[in-house]
Amino acid sequence: MTQVKLSVNGKEMSAEVEGRTLLVEVLRDKLGLTGTHVGCDTSQCGACTVHVNGRSMKSCSVLALDVAGAEVTTIEGMANPDGSLSVIQAAFKEHHGLQCGFCTPGMVMTAAALLKENPKPSEAEVRAYLEGNICRCTGYHNIVKAILAASGQDVAAIAAE
Amino acid sequence: MSVHNPMAHDSARLHVTGAARYVDDIPTPQGCLHLAFALSPVARGRIRAMDLAAMKGAEGVVAVFVAADLPFANDVSPSVHDEPLLATDRVHYMGQPVALVVADSHLSARKAARLLQIEVEAEPPILSIEDALAAESFFEDGPRVWAKGDAKAALGQAKHRLQGEITIGGQEHFYLEGQAALALPQEGGDMVIHSSTQHPTEIQHKVADALGLPMHGVRVECRRMGGGFGGKESQGNALAVACAVAARQTGRACKMRYDRDDDMIITGKRHDFRISYDVGFDDQGQIEAVRFTQITRGGWAQDLTAPVADRAMLHADNAYLLPHAEITSLRLKTNMQSATAFRGFGGPQGVLGIERVMDHIAHDLGLDPALVRRRNYYAAPHKASRAGLANTTPYGMEVRDFLLHEMTDQLLSDCDYAGRRAEIAVRNETSPILKRGIAFCPVKFGISFTLTHLNQAGALVHLYQDGSIMMNHGGTEMGQGLFQKLAQVAASRFGVAVDQVKITATDTAKVPNTSATAASSGSDLNGMAVLAACDAIRTRMAEFLGQGAEVRFANGRVTWGDKDISFAEAVAACYQARVGLSATGFYKTPDLSWDRAAGQGRPFFYFAHGAAVSEVVIDTLTGENRILRADILHDVGASLNPALDRGQVEGGYVQGAGWLTTEELVWDDRGHLRTHAPSTYKIPACSDRPAIFNVALVDGENPEATIYRSKAVGEPPFMLGISAFLALSHAISACGTGYPNLDAPATPERILAAIARVRS
Repeated sequence: MTQVKLSVNGKEMSAEVEGRTLLVEVLRDKLGLTGTHVGCDTSQCGACTVHVNGRSMKSCSVLALDVAGAEVTTIEGMANPDGSLSVIQAAFKEHHGLQCGFCTPGMVMTAAALLKENPKPSEAEVRAYLEGNICRCTGYHNIVKAILAASGQDVAAIAAE
Repeated sequence: MSVHNPMAHDSARLHVTGAARYVDDIPTPQGCLHLAFALSPVARGRIRAMDLAAMKGAEGVVAVFVAADLPFANDVSPSVHDEPLLATDRVHYMGQPVALVVADSHLSARKAARLLQIEVEAEPPILSIEDALAAESFFEDGPRVWAKGDAKAALGQAKHRLQGEITIGGQEHFYLEGQAALALPQEGGDMVIHSSTQHPTEIQHKVADALGLPMHGVRVECRRMGGGFGGKESQGNALAVACAVAARQTGRACKMRYDRDDDMIITGKRHDFRISYDVGFDDQGQIEAVRFTQITRGGWAQDLTAPVADRAMLHADNAYLLPHAEITSLRLKTNMQSATAFRGFGGPQGVLGIERVMDHIAHDLGLDPALVRRRNYYAAPHKASRAGLANTTPYGMEVRDFLLHEMTDQLLSDCDYAGRRAEIAVRNETSPILKRGIAFCPVKFGISFTLTHLNQAGALVHLYQDGSIMMNHGGTEMGQGLFQKLAQVAASRFGVAVDQVKITATDTAKVPNTSATAASSGSDLNGMAVLAACDAIRTRMAEFLGQGAEVRFANGRVTWGDKDISFAEAVAACYQARVGLSATGFYKTPDLSWDRAAGQGRPFFYFAHGAAVSEVVIDTLTGENRILRADILHDVGASLNPALDRGQVEGGYVQGAGWLTTEELVWDDRGHLRTHAPSTYKIPACSDRPAIFNVALVDGENPEATIYRSKAVGEPPFMLGISAFLALSHAISACGTGYPNLDAPATPERILAAIARVRS
């Protein structure tokens, strides 16, 4: 067992881990941050996406020790300091970009990474960026719309309002 | 009034903040144990010996159970008790649970499960349709045949006749949240179960049997699932029962979640089908008679195969008046995962069968397939059927409400089907590599459980002294927005804002004897039960407050005569006067009658309708393809919540198109499912959805007295995805003169093979 220190959502935290312990296990099992979900266990569905030092990563395939000392942001750290929803979160809610909600935290984290890199993405760019996040419920239409709306673009013209 | 408004899903805020809890997120008591199954490595045979020593000695292992260790029933079947939790003397598919490991962590349990030493006297597995037919390996007693008129005689007299066959693949549910359960032992031997299930009452029933308890000794709770799609109607039984038995034997909380690979290897999928047809028709493409043989592989246990195959038969007509029809159904028992419920429940396979026939007829006569479809429609209400035929289905149900004539006109006009079809024909002439296709598909889907007694539901509503409302019902939430819709119903009955209604987890201690949230029936059944409960309380309040005067509940106020008080004041006054402020509600669907043996009656309360046009492009060198555009018009009656209903339509279309294009299940010749992870099993990704996606809802009302005249929406839009498959067939047909005879899923390999067929 080794002690690993992380800054998670702005708070210094530490946990006892083995060499093989995954970041998602630390977040969910040790720190109780269960908003980060495990969907496929093999880094393909994107439900476990978090930010590590500002970059989006799939926490089910990152060893905790490999990111020791890093700044980690999870879905629990995405709301505004006063508890109100961030622009991206509010857009997912307002544009019905969710159904069962299991993929939603990963979608929000990926969307936030996208808008940081590319504040005004085209619809095609949004879709390409979301390739690593699977949703089985929505057909993606409202997810794309929510992200475009969060980027400040007019989505009124997008069909299937 | 809050009904009919496009409000956000009740859990939207929880979802976007990560605060929504699924089973695996529930805090567990100290000492909670974790479970994993050890699986059969062969598809069929007799177990000679099992050596559990390595498993028992593995790090973190607390106990290992095999069938002989189970204290009571070894049964997780939802139907005919043919599905043991743990294999007894024989194994029936590769992946069948044979032993249960209980350990101190999820990882320890999974690692130990891999240490099973098992010796099986292997037998050749029954895998293919041919294997099963040769071995006469059937569920139930032989073929089921339902008929209308004399199809054989009418076929002999028809001017045109075609025969053909289509193979239709199965489908993995790929709910994002895998199967999961948590058992918490209670005093006196009682058990509380948290389960990701569409059917809490069945979990309660199976757990009670496994623990030797009456059903009152088991309470099952489900706040939400991370997707269900039918895959959590019966497939959660094994996990809940395993957790309950292990919790009883160890006295500790027990949790189980399948790793994704285990989930895909162990659990059932959509039934695959082979449908052959023999159809007779006239010069106009109007069907005189059709005979279908629907063959489906049900896997190793019966599960829900009988009602699934029945529903395929009941949808062999889709939207079309068939003067003579004969539908034969064979349900094969094979050494594979036990095929189970999946959105549409056999309906989509039946619909695809007749849609293939329409496509084939149109190709044969050189007609536009949309025209052939229209010519075969059931008559619209109050219009005469063609040739004076009775407007009845092959199972003798009169089609009274049929919206597809108007819907088809509107959709084809709005999306310029005719213009685009003509343009595609011209474009394909000058495009040697890329070929486009366009196709229209209507959907008529029967709403009600075909097992009539399941069409019942209950609800429990409390008003508290402060005017806040607690609502509970027998339905489960899997993302479809059922809870939100029913909160809107309750708020509307009391004339208050929807945020005054507390939505609570489905709980067998609050509402008993519930049916699965399935068959698209969740809001129809539970909505009426919630309405009944609310109205029972409202009536008591009105009788006390109004003393004979009419009392109104609206805008947060209660008014009668010259009185006008807030809802909270009204509730407080009723409490003070000792008026009962809690009620149950009950509903059963009226007017159903179904004789399954004869295949005659009214199995459905009503029909939901949909219509879609898809446009695709294929690369004739590689078989690669894309959906370029989809246009949908869908009938949800008077929608309880149009935003949620649109979400069902969009998601249903994409999931249906996925079933028929990218999603391919592959078993090897040993019965090993080789596509058991998203690396090899491809559900649609974000870029697979159509670039142009227009969805509209019909502005209408259900003529039947459903909850606020709405219609069910869960399953019907799934079949709209069939239009994408038909469009691929159209694109392929541009490569030559032959008929593509495309099988599903239309993978690039199958598209290339079909191109070769039409060219030869």
